[in-house]
Amino acid sequence: MADMELTGAEIVVRCLRDEGVRHIFGYPGGAVLNIYDEIYKQKDFQHILVRHEQAAVHAADAYARCTGQVGVALVTSGPGATNAVTGIATAYMDSIPMVVITGQVPTAAIGQDAFQEVDTVGITRPCVKHNFLVKDVKELASTIKKAFYIAATGRPGPVVVDVPKDVTQHKCAYAYPKSVTMRSYNPTSKGHAGQIKKAAQMLLEAKRPILYTGGGVVLGNAAEQVTELARLLGYPVTNTLMGLGGYPSPDPLFLGMLGMHGTIEANMAMQHCDVLLAVGARFDDRVVGNPKHFAKEAHRIIHIDVDPSSISKRVRVDVPIVGEVGQVLDEIIKLIKAGKEKPDQQALKAWWAQIELWRSQDCLKYDRSAPVIKPQFVVEKLYEVTGGDAFVTSDVGQHQMWAAQYYKFAKPRRWINSGGLGTMGFGLPAAMGVQMAHPDATVACITGEGSIQMNIQELSTCKENKLPLKIILLNNGYLGMVRQWQEFFYEERYAESYMTSLPDFVKLAEAYGHVGMTIEKPEDVEPALRDAFGKYKDRLVFLNFLTDPRENVFPMIPAGKGLSEMILV
Amino acid sequence: MRHIISLLMENESGALSRVSGLFSARGYNIESLTVAPTEDATLSRMTIVTRGSDDVIEQITKQLNKLVDIVKVQDLTDGSHIERELMLVKVRASGEMREELKRMADIFRGHILDVSDKTYTIELTGPGTKLDAFLAAIDPAAILETVRTGASGIGRGDRVMKI
Repeated sequence: MADMELTGAEIVVRCLRDEGVRHIFGYPGGAVLNIYDEIYKQKDFQHILVRHEQAAVHAADAYARCTGQVGVALVTSGPGATNAVTGIATAYMDSIPMVVITGQVPTAAIGQDAFQEVDTVGITRPCVKHNFLVKDVKELASTIKKAFYIAATGRPGPVVVDVPKDVTQHKCAYAYPKSVTMRSYNPTSKGHAGQIKKAAQMLLEAKRPILYTGGGVVLGNAAEQVTELARLLGYPVTNTLMGLGGYPSPDPLFLGMLGMHGTIEANMAMQHCDVLLAVGARFDDRVVGNPKHFAKEAHRIIHIDVDPSSISKRVRVDVPIVGEVGQVLDEIIKLIKAGKEKPDQQALKAWWAQIELWRSQDCLKYDRSAPVIKPQFVVEKLYEVTGGDAFVTSDVGQHQMWAAQYYKFAKPRRWINSGGLGTMGFGLPAAMGVQMAHPDATVACITGEGSIQMNIQELSTCKENKLPLKIILLNNGYLGMVRQWQEFFYEERYAESYMTSLPDFVKLAEAYGHVGMTIEKPEDVEPALRDAFGKYKDRLVFLNFLTDPRENVFPMIPAGKGLSEMILV
Repeated sequence: MRHIISLLMENESGALSRVSGLFSARGYNIESLTVAPTEDATLSRMTIVTRGSDDVIEQITKQLNKLVDIVKVQDLTDGSHIERELMLVKVRASGEMREELKRMADIFRGHILDVSDKTYTIELTGPGTKLDAFLAAIDPAAILETVRTGASGIGRGDRVMKI
C-alpha cells in the first residue's frame, strides 16, 4: 500500500476537493510551497491570488457570507499569518464560517525564532472559534475535516489550521473522514419545547410587540421564518446592521435598522414595546446603547440564539431559547397556527398608530435640492439603477451607515459588511469574494476614500480575474465618521481626519486597467451609474462621487446613551 | 461571590492557554488555577477559583463551555463539595522559635518535611482559609518562603463529574 501514500501537501488539496471547495483565496510563500505545487497540478478548485493576505481572508469571508458555504483562505507562515489576522478577527466578530490554512516553519524549527516564524496558534487564539497546529501528517485529514465541521456548525466562526512545512512533505495513507464526532463539541440545535411554548404564548399576549432580528437570522437561513412569523401576527420588525435582508426592507411591517444610526420608529418601538422577540441578535452596544436605559419599560424579552453565551450577556431575558433559529421559529409558527388564539387586534392597532406617528417624522429625509451631491442620494440612485437586487459590500464609516439606511435590502446575504470588528479595507476584497461566488451577479462596493485606500492594491486582483465590480466611492475628503464625532463631541477640532493629497482616483483606476469616472454634480449621478451598470457592465468601474463634505449620519445616538436619546439633525 | 469551577478538558497542548486567555481577554479574575491529567490520560482536570457576581459567573461557565477543547464544566459551589490546597512553608526555626513552630505545625496537622539547624519546611493541607490561618498564627518574621498549589475541588457524596 506504500504507493497509495500521499504527502501532506497532496492531502491538503485532496481534503479541500473532498470537502467540495470550489474557490480558495491565498498568497504563496516558503512554508506553503509544497501545497502550492499541488494546487498547480489540480483542477478541482480555483485559487485566486490576491495582493495582500488580509484581502484573501476578507474575500473568503465574503464568499461565505454570500453563499452560506465555508470560505477558505491559504497563507504562508510569519507575515502571511499576521497579515491574515485582521481578516480572521473580522470573521470571528461576525460569526462567519471560514477555514484558514496557514503555513508554519518545520516542526523542528518551531520555537527557534526561525525565518518567517510566528506562534500563529497563539496569535490567533483569541479571534478564532478554534485552531489547530498539525504536528503529524497522520492527523492532517482528520484535523481539516474537524476544522470545516467546527467552522460551519453551532455558532459559526473561523478556524485556523497551522501546518508546518515538514508535515506537508511527510507521507501517509489518505482517507477523508465522512463524519466527525467530538466529545467536547456538541452544539445545541433544537430549542427546548417548553420554552418554545412559553414564547408562542408570550407573543400572542403582546400588546406592543416587536421582532428584533440580527445576523443570526441571515447566517441561520431563517429569513423566511422571520417573514412568515411577522406576517402571521402582523407585528413590526427591525433588523440590526448585520441582520439587514433578514426581512424584506420595502415591506410596511419593516421599521428599518435600529441602533446608533437606526430609525426613530425602530428605536422608539424597541424602547416602548412590551414583548420583544430577539432572534440571532446579541444586544450589542451599538444596538441597545446603554443597557441600563434600555430596560426602562416593563417589557418581556424572548431571546432565540444558537450560542448560549449570547443570552443574558448584556440584557437579562425572560425566555431564553438555545437552538438553531430557523428550527425554533418553525416550531413557534406551528404552535401559533395550531392554536385558536389571536393577538389583541385593538392593542395592535393602537401600537401601529403610535409607530406610524414615529415613522411620520421621516427621520431619513435629507436635502434633495442641494447643489452638491448628497451621499444618501447616490445610494438611493444605486438602489434604483440596480433594481434593488445587487450584492452590496461596504467598508466602515459614514458610507457604511448610508448604505445600510438607504439601500433597501430585500433578501438575505446581499448586504456584506464588517459589523462587529468594523474593519476598514473590507469592502473591495469582500466584493471580489462575492463576485467569484456569483460571477453573473451585480456586485457593488460602497466605500469611502479612507477605507478604499486600505486595500486598494486589490484592483490588480480584480483585473487579473476580470471581476466587473462597481466601486461606489462616496468621496467627501474626510474620514467622515471620525469628523462627525469630532464635530459633535470634540468642539470641531478635526484632528487628523482630513486627507489632503488624495490620488486621482480616475487615473488610479485606469492605471490598474479599469474604468474610472469622477462625478461632481447631482444631475450626473444617475447617468454615471447607468453607464457603469450598462455600457461598462463587463468592466470594473471606479465611480468617484465628490459628495458633500459636511454631511452627517442621522439619526444618531451618542455612545453610552439610551435608545430614546437620538440626535436627529 | 467566590466560586470554584471544575473542568474536564482534552489533554491537548494549548488547552490551558485557551482557558487562561479567556479569563484575561474578558476581564474575569482568577484566584487560583490548578491542572493535571486524570486517570484517563486523554483528559485533564482543572480547578479554577474565581470571584464575580452571578451574571459574571454565568458568563464564565458559558464561555468555558464554548471552548472547543472543554468537555465538561461544573460550578462546585452550586452544591456541597470538598476543597483542599497544599502549602509548603519554610520557616526560620532557631532558638526558642524552634519549639513554638513545631507546636504550631502539630496543632494545624502539618508535617515537617525537612529540617536544618536553622529551618523547618512544613507541609500543610486544607481549605485555603486554614492555610491562611496558619500563616497568621506564626510570627511573620519567621516565614522565609511559601508555596501554594491553589485549590483542588470535588463534589461530595454521589456528585460525580465524569464523561
